[in-house]
Amino acid sequence: MKVRRIEKGGALKIVVGMRQLADLVEELEVADSGVDIDRDFVKFVSNEWDEAALEEALLIKEAVGGEVVVIALDEPDVDQTLYSAIAKGADRAVKIVGVEEGWTPTRLRAQLLSKWLKSEGDWDAFLTGVQAADDLDGQLAGLIGATLGVPHAAVVSKAEPEGSSLRITQELGGGTLSESVATGKVVLGIQAGRQAPRYAPITRIRQAMSTSTIETFDAQEIDLGPGPKVRKIYPPQSKGQATMLDGDPVEVAEKIVELIRAKGLVR
Amino acid sequence: MPVGGKKQSPVAVELEEAVVVSKISGREWDVSGAWNRMFESRVLTDYSYSKGLGKIAQLDGGESLEYCYGCGKCVPVCPVDLVSEYGPRKIHRKVQTGVDLFSSDELWKCTTCGNCLRVCPKGVNMIEIMPAVREVAVGDGKVPDELQGIFEKTFRYGNALGENPRRRHAWTKGASVPIRVLSSDPTPADVLFYVEDYWSYHPRGQQAAQAFSRILTRLGVDFAILGAEEKTVGDSQRLAGEKGLFDALVEDVTATLGKYEFQRIVTPDPHAFNALVKEYPKRGFTYDVLHYTQLLSPQIEKMNFVNSIDKKVTFHDPCYLGRHNGEYDAPRKLLKAIPGIDLVEMGRCKENSYCCGGGGGGMWLDGFNSNHLSERLSERRVREAATTGAEILAVCCPYEVSRFEDAAKSTGNEHLRVVDIAELLDEALGGVETV
Ligand code: SF4
Ligand code: SF4
Repeated sequence: MKVRRIEKGGALKIVVGMRQLADLVEELEVADSGVDIDRDFVKFVSNEWDEAALEEALLIKEAVGGEVVVIALDEPDVDQTLYSAIAKGADRAVKIVGVEEGWTPTRLRAQLLSKWLKSEGDWDAFLTGVQAADDLDGQLAGLIGATLGVPHAAVVSKAEPEGSSLRITQELGGGTLSESVATGKVVLGIQAGRQAPRYAPITRIRQAMSTSTIETFDAQEIDLGPGPKVRKIYPPQSKGQATMLDGDPVEVAEKIVELIRAKGLVR
Repeated sequence: MPVGGKKQSPVAVELEEAVVVSKISGREWDVSGAWNRMFESRVLTDYSYSKGLGKIAQLDGGESLEYCYGCGKCVPVCPVDLVSEYGPRKIHRKVQTGVDLFSSDELWKCTTCGNCLRVCPKGVNMIEIMPAVREVAVGDGKVPDELQGIFEKTFRYGNALGENPRRRHAWTKGASVPIRVLSSDPTPADVLFYVEDYWSYHPRGQQAAQAFSRILTRLGVDFAILGAEEKTVGDSQRLAGEKGLFDALVEDVTATLGKYEFQRIVTPDPHAFNALVKEYPKRGFTYDVLHYTQLLSPQIEKMNFVNSIDKKVTFHDPCYLGRHNGEYDAPRKLLKAIPGIDLVEMGRCKENSYCCGGGGGGMWLDGFNSNHLSERLSERRVREAATTGAEILAVCCPYEVSRFEDAAKSTGNEHLRVVDIAELLDEALGGVETV
């Protein structure tokens, strides 16, 4: 199913890329393979930065009209994330199917999403979370921008419509903000939304489940070429180096100073 | 003014300086500051009916707000009014004079304690009005952040605490008695012990769940739990306005219950009890349900008390066991049966019991409501308990131990121990040593 571009002054078609992550309420365990977490008993939830991206997209749509499409790979519990997005106001949801199970490297994810974005063609902006807990490369938006030859901005904290363009605010570190205007297609890595992600009432999620369908898109064969490979995953090892310092505050302070001196941190 | 604390002063709407002009003679009176100072008259027709009372009246459950004729009986019994300005009459008046309840903070202060309904001659029913209006607000996304988080956690994990569902029966390890989980041994049971969220996950609740399991074992009751399959029954989420979530929970809970054979459900949670007795049957699911005090009180004869608890004890009636479901005796019978206990009543008890503030979603709105209340309801209640001279505040609702323990600390009443009746019974029966 294809939905026609809504013809309206300034209306934007925004695509939001979402991904599923292991829920940290679970105790994660390393799978027998040693290069992934054990996914069998883990619950999956959507990446919170992607939720911020969705919120930003919905705010843009509310301001100027247009369309919000959410897209994700077929990962565990992804349907719930996509239906919640529809309940919040997204118009369409697309799932890329046929991807190998298990952890998807960000480079592969970027290529898969780019294929769909290319085939869809008529979108104005692609928004996704600037990072994710399981994202080794941390470059999803950047890679997509590079693959498609579309300008990219990272760590975006605001994307406000201005005519048919987007005024973008980025965090540059050290409290510095930068503002720029993106004319034409743009890919954004969202750090935060202008407001906290809205609530999707359960009634509406259930309605979405019964009245809307998730479109599917077949994953295509992708040759990633050379790149990093995960060799081992392991929980952080505790080294048991905590030392408790006893005594009254003055004594403790003296001991701390001594330690800092001994380690050569100050002279 | 009973028991310490203070009311939050009302926001003055009167004019500081006022002059009344006679329409006939043109003479002016300066009435500024006079005791009978005249205010700008409020003409009710200035306000929109269809956007106010009318909009609420057309909601399913919202009909009765406009029945109010202003007698004022409800205000002095409203627990929220004691620490703020509240009660159906005040809400009615506010809506009548232009306050949009759907987007007002006032919407989240009612704990659905039911004390106003008890005295209202017109049957103005906040227990139906509040969820109906809140449902619309929730649908429009106007829901306090704290509560939104609770809804999301409940939907995702089946419990309001956002805890791992697979750890729901982790508490059984410390019970010192074997506890059967139906998924691993699905043979029929007499009693299905519906543990609910706070006894499953809150550390103090877990202690009560363990104590209760020991009591059941001593009494030879054939009981079992659902373990990881259990989800909250969802009554407080319903009253907080998330009806869709409640409907989803009803489906899940009844599907799970349908898998097993048992005679009756016993729960420590008056909120679960209320929903299973009143709401589930409306949706076609009827069970034989008891609050745990109702299961235990007829079995006092069989209890072999070995310890005496020589303490002055006062008891807090949970709104959803007492006022909503008429059970005042079972918990008192149990307390009186414990050797040594000297039970003293608080001024507000039984039908007129004060609310702990946890009902109707209040459990999850303490932060939000703190801007509007001079103190928490739980703090007010703990002060009241302390003035009785009691050393123990006995409770039988899983929300209360955490609420009252916090309140005891914040009001400087640490000497007041907050203990579940199940824990007191277990202690008198000998605790872990005698099982
Ligand atoms: S239900 Fe309780 S809290 Fe709500 S208005 Fe009535 S008395 Fe007050
Ligand atoms: S008791 Fe009933 S009729 Fe009287 S003021 Fe309160 S709500 Fe109105």
